[in-house]
Amino acid sequence: MSSSQKVVVTCRVNGEDHTVLADPRDTLLELLRDRLEMTGTKEGCGNGNCGSCTVLADGVAVCACLVLAGETDGLEITTVEGLTANGTRHPVQQALIEHGGTQCGFCTPGIIMSAVALLNEKSKPTDAEIRHAIAGNICRCTGYEKIVRAISSAAETSATARAEV
Amino acid sequence: MSANDNDNKWIGQRTIRPDGVDKVTGRATFGADFSAPGMIYGRVLRCRHAHARVKSINVDKALALPGVKAVMTGDDIVTFPVDGPAVNVGLADMRWICRSIMAKDKVLFSGHPVAAVAATSVSIAKKACKLIEVEYEVLPHVINVDEAMKPDAPILHDFIRAPGDTSGKPSNISGRLEHKVGDVEAGFAEADVVIERSFTTEPVHQGYIEPHACLVSISKENKATVWASTQGHFMVRAMTAHLTGLPQSSITSIPAEIGGGFGGKTVVYLEPLALILAQKSGRPVKMTMTREEVFQATGPTSGSSSTVKVGVKKDGTITAISGTFKLQAGSFPGAPIRGAAGCAFAPYDIKNVHSVGIDVVCNRPKATAYRAPGGPIGAYPTECVLDEAAVAIGMDPLQLRLKNAAKEGTVAAYGPTFAKMGYVESLETAMAHDHYKAPLGPNQGRGVASGFWFNAGGESSAQINVNEDGTVVVVTGHPDIGGSRASMMNIAAELLGIHVNKVQALIGDTSSIPFSAVTGGSRATFAAGMVVTQSANELITILRTRAAKIWEIDPEAVVWENGHAKPAGSNAGAFEPLSLAAIAAKASATGGPINARASQTTAGASGGFATHICDVEIDRETGHVKLLRYTSFQDAGRAIHPSYVEGQMQGGVVQGLGWALNEEYIYDKNGALDNASFLDYRIPVASDLPMLEAVVLEIPNDKHPQGIRGVGEVPLVPVMAAVSNAIHGATGLRLQSLPMSPPKVLAALDAATPKMAAE
Repeated sequence: MSSSQKVVVTCRVNGEDHTVLADPRDTLLELLRDRLEMTGTKEGCGNGNCGSCTVLADGVAVCACLVLAGETDGLEITTVEGLTANGTRHPVQQALIEHGGTQCGFCTPGIIMSAVALLNEKSKPTDAEIRHAIAGNICRCTGYEKIVRAISSAAETSATARAEV
Repeated sequence: MSANDNDNKWIGQRTIRPDGVDKVTGRATFGADFSAPGMIYGRVLRCRHAHARVKSINVDKALALPGVKAVMTGDDIVTFPVDGPAVNVGLADMRWICRSIMAKDKVLFSGHPVAAVAATSVSIAKKACKLIEVEYEVLPHVINVDEAMKPDAPILHDFIRAPGDTSGKPSNISGRLEHKVGDVEAGFAEADVVIERSFTTEPVHQGYIEPHACLVSISKENKATVWASTQGHFMVRAMTAHLTGLPQSSITSIPAEIGGGFGGKTVVYLEPLALILAQKSGRPVKMTMTREEVFQATGPTSGSSSTVKVGVKKDGTITAISGTFKLQAGSFPGAPIRGAAGCAFAPYDIKNVHSVGIDVVCNRPKATAYRAPGGPIGAYPTECVLDEAAVAIGMDPLQLRLKNAAKEGTVAAYGPTFAKMGYVESLETAMAHDHYKAPLGPNQGRGVASGFWFNAGGESSAQINVNEDGTVVVVTGHPDIGGSRASMMNIAAELLGIHVNKVQALIGDTSSIPFSAVTGGSRATFAAGMVVTQSANELITILRTRAAKIWEIDPEAVVWENGHAKPAGSNAGAFEPLSLAAIAAKASATGGPINARASQTTAGASGGFATHICDVEIDRETGHVKLLRYTSFQDAGRAIHPSYVEGQMQGGVVQGLGWALNEEYIYDKNGALDNASFLDYRIPVASDLPMLEAVVLEIPNDKHPQGIRGVGEVPLVPVMAAVSNAIHGATGLRLQSLPMSPPKVLAALDAATPKMAAE
């Protein structure tokens, strides 16, 4: 198939349905960044080694650069842009700001998505479980220390919020 | 101002950084996030040979491909003659950059650009690159520094002569510097123990997660706008102007958010190419690198081969130290020999010192600054040899360092006399810390090391504008990588006496703020802090004048306290204090908009010192080094925002742990990089690491209004030796080569086993 032939891709991102024309070889990352102009998801390596493009597909953390756009039909994709509901930031987002867990901020969206996937599975992860969950997300600025503290604190905040409900 | 000044409302507080929300919500725009109407995509064709002469380049087929809008080669870039004078932008010489950014007649490393294409899609641009026909005459290449120094080594540049060599023959030895104090031979003769060891390190990449990216748009009048991820948008403007021939007034350089730099984004790679392609096509051009390109053709810091010799008396006095540090410069001269030779021995007050740095070109990408450039390369052999000396005389290794520690008044071998600084405090705090006394188990070991980095000052500019509602905008001119905007907000809020939420901090583009040097050299918070302070003081003078006008009294009779103008005393008159907001509201009637600005070449940067403690456990079956605990002690002068001081310390340590244990470039026999991905070039991930404790000491720098000392770079300097010394503690083995990866550790363990059994 020549690169000029486009295919129709339907997808659901952050609760909104989209139908776009895409190159059949486009990845989900290209779909998000280039077609839907959602640049919050970052490309650091393009081959699944750095985790900067991590998004949720039906709640599971995946590297958007390793998923073909054409494969996303029927999946519920969540990106960093979709985490802030009605102006309220997700506890992981808030904790990263408060704990100084973001420096340059490039890996931050991917780290957030991996952490959200973890907290959805496990409400009170240990530090080792947090480190394991974000082991696929490379950060070169922070040494991870403040990121781990932030995610741990977000877990506590979420637990408190649940208890109050 | 003391470190524990309770009157401080904002300095020293962990305020919320102004870019925080954008960074956690995906709104922050990095280099690759910009787009423009009509934008096309640039792509670089790179040579796969390590060393070759370019005989011809034919771009006709590429230009004929539908969708291709422009093609360029090295001929389109301004040439600076190699035998002409140096043309420097910062530390970079345009004679080398104009050839490294795109080959002119020779390719000097695998990945060296030879042409670039702009097309309506990335895939068309890639296809067009394949249609460019380049004829090469392949030449023998040399990768290793010791090999490159041999008399019969393949020569990269006919114009380079080894310093001091009168034979007239070209050489790969492109520079040499030395620092000499006293008489080292006499010093060694006085010593009870003399130890001399040789060490090698591999080049390592800065490893920023954001690949280089830019967008360039150009008007019909040849006025260019550059959006780029960079440590210095003024640097981008200056280098792009030099390399394209445009005056600086025709280029506006806008800093994008930068996804890490660590020194690697203090030069240009893409911006001049994108500008030339934009000129040729008349379309905005976006260029981004793949990760493979980042590894092949940007950074890294030098690999090295070094020898250090130390003499000590039984009482721990270091009588002499000497070192030769041979650094790979890559394809053009300019390895960080000043950092290696200058920093290596700087933590110590030693009577007899001889330190030599040697710059050697070889067929690798041109080395680029990496966090304390050269510093770690000098400290690694030095701190390992000192550890061995401490064992030899039966002295605690921190005690040995303390006995010889540089302090206020010590004249460093590289020249300056140290001002007040906290190296001794870092040692004493480390010795008293519970980490240093914690018990160790089997196969576990503890290592310590210290380090020094010069720290820089340089040109900085700031302006503070008072808005009509009494909020203020602080604008500075160096990109914020690690939280400097938050620090500038803390300083401005503190001095003006207003809530930090009323301060907005921005980085101005090159057309709206005066020149500012790059964010590098651990200078941003130090230097920007100076000009923000100067601007704030100036602003307060203006605010007092405006209040005096309102009250119709002499400005000298008005003081500024807690964010308010007040009469200096009862003689001045009885007036209700005026807030900054109240004065701002009357600005129009009292003289117009209120603002202040400052520009200066900042001086008084005081060196950074750090001491580290590292615990490891060795897996004797696999050679894997497990990190158990790591604590770093560092004098920050004054921590304006403690979270980001700790962040620099922890981040620097982890880069060092990667350098120590995993990271290296692997070249194949043809001189092509074999591990150009994050899978094969393994940088530390969260699950590799223990808790990293950062102990911030605050011994104020007397030459800075807030006492700031640069903190960003020295955290990387001691790490490799601390790990190596810890491995010695666990195994009794002294590895003298980085990285200390499992195969190397295992080989060393295996080699030692029969000997140990025999003993």
